[in-house]
Amino acid sequence: MADWAIAHSWGIRLLKGGSALVRAEGGDLMIQVKVNGVERSFHGDREMPLLWYLRDVLGLTGTKFACGMALCGACTVHRDGEAIRSCVVPVRDVAGAEITTIEGIAEKGLHPVQKAWMEFNVPQCGYCQAGQIMQAIALLRSKARPSDQDIDELMSGNICRCGTYQRIRAAIKAAAKGAS
Amino acid sequence: MLSGGALVLGAYFSPGVVRAAPTVDTPADRAAFHPNVFLGIETDGTVYIIAHRSEMGNGSRTALPRVLADELDADWNRVRIVQAVGDPRYGSQDTDASASIREFFEIMRAAGASARLMLLRAAAVQWSVPVSECGSGLHVVRHAPTDRQSTYGDLASAASRLPVPKKEDLQFKPRSAWRYIGKDASLYDLEDICTGKAQYGNDVRLEGMVYASIERPPVLGGKVKSCQDQEALRVPGVRQTVLIEPFKPPHALQPLGGVAVIADNTWAAFQGRKKIKVVWENGPNAAYNSDQFKKELQQTARQPGLVVRNEGDVDAEFAKGGKIFEAEYYLPHLAHATMEPPVAVADVRDAQITVWVPTQNPQSVQETVAQAMGMPKENVTCHVTLLGDGFGRKSFGDFAVEAAVLSKKLGQPVKVVWSREDDIKFDYYLPVAAVYLKAALNSGGKPTAWLQRSAFPPINSTFDATAIHGGWELKGNWIEAPYDIPNLRIENGPAQAHVRLGWLRAVASNYHTFAVQSFVDELAHHAGRDPLEYLLDLWGPPRILNLNPPHYPPEPGHPLDIGRLRRVAEMAAEKAGWGKRRLGQGHGLGIAAQRYSFTYVASVVEVEVTDKGELRIPRIDTAVDAGTAINPAYIKAQLEGAAVFGTSIARSGEITATNGAIDQSNFYDYPVARITEAPYQTNVYVLDSEAPPSGVGEPGVSVIPPALSNAIFAATGKRIRELPLSKHRLQ
Repeated sequence: MADWAIAHSWGIRLLKGGSALVRAEGGDLMIQVKVNGVERSFHGDREMPLLWYLRDVLGLTGTKFACGMALCGACTVHRDGEAIRSCVVPVRDVAGAEITTIEGIAEKGLHPVQKAWMEFNVPQCGYCQAGQIMQAIALLRSKARPSDQDIDELMSGNICRCGTYQRIRAAIKAAAKGAS
Repeated sequence: MLSGGALVLGAYFSPGVVRAAPTVDTPADRAAFHPNVFLGIETDGTVYIIAHRSEMGNGSRTALPRVLADELDADWNRVRIVQAVGDPRYGSQDTDASASIREFFEIMRAAGASARLMLLRAAAVQWSVPVSECGSGLHVVRHAPTDRQSTYGDLASAASRLPVPKKEDLQFKPRSAWRYIGKDASLYDLEDICTGKAQYGNDVRLEGMVYASIERPPVLGGKVKSCQDQEALRVPGVRQTVLIEPFKPPHALQPLGGVAVIADNTWAAFQGRKKIKVVWENGPNAAYNSDQFKKELQQTARQPGLVVRNEGDVDAEFAKGGKIFEAEYYLPHLAHATMEPPVAVADVRDAQITVWVPTQNPQSVQETVAQAMGMPKENVTCHVTLLGDGFGRKSFGDFAVEAAVLSKKLGQPVKVVWSREDDIKFDYYLPVAAVYLKAALNSGGKPTAWLQRSAFPPINSTFDATAIHGGWELKGNWIEAPYDIPNLRIENGPAQAHVRLGWLRAVASNYHTFAVQSFVDELAHHAGRDPLEYLLDLWGPPRILNLNPPHYPPEPGHPLDIGRLRRVAEMAAEKAGWGKRRLGQGHGLGIAAQRYSFTYVASVVEVEVTDKGELRIPRIDTAVDAGTAINPAYIKAQLEGAAVFGTSIARSGEITATNGAIDQSNFYDYPVARITEAPYQTNVYVLDSEAPPSGVGEPGVSVIPPALSNAIFAATGKRIRELPLSKHRLQ
């Protein structure tokens, strides 16, 4: 069920990540960063936001671009376990850090928050949901049993244009319950 | 049961015959048994079903294949969905107007039933028994008298050698035997979405691909006078700049023109873009200022307009000198602000053009790209990715053409990435609209004459530069005006477009329903009557209304049923505790209802307005009758989402122009509802019926602004006739 069937019909080989699309001449110092448990060295423009390093350089496209100004949360990833907006955090600011994206959030199978998202059928178009899930996981780390107010406070930076908010709220509460 | 759709079935059921130019063979085409364009069955029992409509959260990529799987008696766990490329053999792929289920329900059923009959016949031949003694179970054919059974996989090769059945031989399941239709289902892509594997437009990456960010003319029709790109070229990763020619009117789906910055990655393209200096020649649309235009539009709405429906004698009734009530409403331009901004990848190689686009309309992309390339459309393959929202924006393929134009010039694959600022500033906006309503009232406060008139620059201006009157914007619930009023006239005032205009979820009903359902509430309060009771009285008793206004005949198969309209209003009100529930200080309820896309929907909105004038929406109760419900759980999800979308429009949706350029640019100045502003809880009640299925993507959106505004009136006594609410003090 998991295969995105369009891939079958694509006549052109898709890049699976690791391509060196960033020219080296822009950067001087190499940056070391761990992404989803893998050590990476970055040689490009140190001002490049983490989002584009993840997407265009590493090919980790689960993290989404939507506003470029930390206004919508679609690009949310974890830096050392904390939620950050990768669209405004330059690569130089994650040197030596451990970055986790939606692709690496589950140690095995699915993360309990991903399971809750599926149980409550949260997504519609789905584009913002990686960011929502990453934000919700960070929220549950800081508030194990979040109140409505906690959820309002910590999820209001994540926009969903399809309007799945009430299911997001329900899924977070269910995941909290399941974890306790 | 087979209605309009059956006429074209022949085309779908002659595999290999109608295909003019096969661009991409799907796994369904290659399967051992390929009885029609939507289906393929492998000998191992794998069933491939084509999703020919686009998926943007609308759920049709799941719902339509389930309809086919139901009539096929296929095991859903063995179904693989294959997204179609743009190809006319599938019929319309234009995923808009809440039409996917409505237009393809019967066709999908027939596709499934036809294949099932071929499998039954293949088994009957193998067992030398009459086909009438054979029946299907889950993924198997059975012969009960001899207790034999054979799987679909085992029968696939034999079935493939049989002729496609005549449509009069098809047998459809009775409703009681439906496995999937009417049953709740999760999205096919649910797990991929939750794990980040789902592929959207921006996730397409090709070998040797470069990235483009385009500086477009701020005013529609503007041209590049001069461009300095030296600084841009110094940005690490920037390769070059490319001029994109301006369009020839009408702009339609052509690129706006401008200067593209080509780079090794998205960030470098964005950075280079900031450094180019373009001087524009703006042209006549630079005279467009929203403040001034608003005054003109409101003035137009006060003047007699083009009459599109006329019954009785409205003027004579108004002249009698009884009680008259009139009001004006106004809604600004709106932008779609899809979560995924427009994006497209193109690879143009000699005569072969391949594009990957999050599009609602791949056939249109094929045609438009082909035209821009000077090629036949058969040379263009349009792959459809998942869409990070559509809302009508992605019906317009301008961004795909941009990518193709650049790829052709550069001779390598190009991804055109729109920033959020590009998305907000270069949209196809919902037209701004002024609506004027006037009623003559009897002693009970019920209208004896009703005049409704709207003025807005028409969407058709996108395709016809001379268009000044609304076309199909006037159809549907605006022209239907299902009221029990003897004298009724509907008019449309002229207006010129100065920005690109397009469809946006619920389209013209956003302004029309806001005006009409607010006006009805005003009339009810004016008469000292309960708004629900008044609404029901205005519609009159349950009956089928046979309207035939000139030029706008009703669509066959979907009679306007006042009984169904009343039922959703009554249901929403009952569930909301209308007139019964005790509400807290500062709380109020408002109702609005309509038929849109042949779906009947009513919402009761509860608001809380605090002493400081802050607005909260604790609860919405929505009742919806979309005929036969295919996936009730997802209908609920769509209507929950519609409530949030409608809330965004009402609270903060406003696009304005100054000297022809759009003033807004990102979520800070074009805010959309966040979790704190959205309704806390939307309860959706799906009324199932045996009527043909209708659309659910849009109808729930446009009842929200009036219901919300009516609730604010109930809570505060403040009447809102102009959106967004952010312009008003509510306390």
